[in-house]
Amino acid sequence: MIIKILGPGCANCANLEKAAREAATGLGIDATFEKVTDYAAIVGYGVMRTPALVVDESLVLSGRVPTAAQVRNILAPLVA
Amino acid sequence: MSVAERLRAKTPVRRWVGLGVAAVVWVVLYEVNLPVWDWVVYEVMGLDAASQLGSGVHFFFYDSIKILLLLVSIIFAVTVLRSFMSVERTRALLGGKREGIGNVMAAGLGVITPFCSCSAVPAFIGFVAAGVPLGVTMSFLIASPLVNEVAIALLFGMFGIGPTALYVGAGLVIAIVAGFTMGRLRLERWVEPFVFETRLGGQVIDSTFGLTWDDRIQMGVEEVASILRKIWPYLLVGIGLGAAIHGWAPEDFFTRYAGAGNPFAVLIAVAIGIPLYSNAAGIMPLVQALHDKGLPMGTLLAFMMAVVALSLPEMILLRRVLKPQLIATFIAVTGLGIIAVGYLFNAVIPS
Repeated sequence: MIIKILGPGCANCANLEKAAREAATGLGIDATFEKVTDYAAIVGYGVMRTPALVVDESLVLSGRVPTAAQVRNILAPLVA
Repeated sequence: MSVAERLRAKTPVRRWVGLGVAAVVWVVLYEVNLPVWDWVVYEVMGLDAASQLGSGVHFFFYDSIKILLLLVSIIFAVTVLRSFMSVERTRALLGGKREGIGNVMAAGLGVITPFCSCSAVPAFIGFVAAGVPLGVTMSFLIASPLVNEVAIALLFGMFGIGPTALYVGAGLVIAIVAGFTMGRLRLERWVEPFVFETRLGGQVIDSTFGLTWDDRIQMGVEEVASILRKIWPYLLVGIGLGAAIHGWAPEDFFTRYAGAGNPFAVLIAVAIGIPLYSNAAGIMPLVQALHDKGLPMGTLLAFMMAVVALSLPEMILLRRVLKPQLIATFIAVTGLGIIAVGYLFNAVIPS
């Protein structure tokens, strides 16, 4: 699973990455994390509010920093 | 587990009771703020209310708490209300609108859409690439920081409904007129070309989709915490400066140089305000202290608008998508609007 963190490198993006890593570890997912900081690429995913989370090239969350539990709820059905 | 998660109510009844208790605590704190500091500063510490030190210290503590309380309540309420709105929905509403009506809508939506200037660049690309006219996008980008909940909360708490309504009205007019002007100037050539080449891919996620009341309330609590964490240094410096001016600046010092008698006062205030980077929370205690010293409201509102609407960091961010000529035009047009508003207010409000 490839998880991308979209955002220009602000504190929100770091918090989102932390939550996403925690969630992935909790679910036992073997995920690769990538940062996307290029604005054109970010908007290319349809994102207008950073930070955003992209899992295997599809956008799953944008505009807010979720808790690890919320990311877990998002990731869980994608593993099956 | 974060504080917000622990606070999370398990039943609807507990949620509303919790909000009710919070509201009562807020009202009590707000009401006892003045008598408590009167007592602590003038009785316990034994300072003289007429002395410079006494009034300065009293101003600092009383104002800090008052501003904090106002911020907490307004940020919370606004965040919960705004959770029904999103940038995605705003863009959909603006898509296909003509200039003129589009500028008016963009300015209004700029006020109610949850938005932080850190997202100015992706929002700009997203709007323009989706076909929202440049001038309409600009109206949104000007209104959003200019008429924000922190400014409204503080103005209302310190000056009441009149100046607040003037500020909001003037902010909207500036955003509409400046955006419309930039649209008329046909400045698309000064937008970095990649913006128009960006293809909008992926599905659009509406970040407000499927939120429950618990989610919205939690977002409100988180937003209060995150904004306060961000602005407290500005707030403290602002209140400290305000207290210093309040207690120590000679009575006629500011009125002599920037009072109603100086026709260049608004110009100077705006020129100082543009490069100054602060936010409404940091600037408002200063504005209040200067108002107490007799500076006219128009000059002060123009100063505050220049500080919150135009900031160097945001311009540096926008440089990614706008060429320097367009950034200069943006500053010039918005700055002129603010100056005009300052003079207008000075003319109509008796100081």
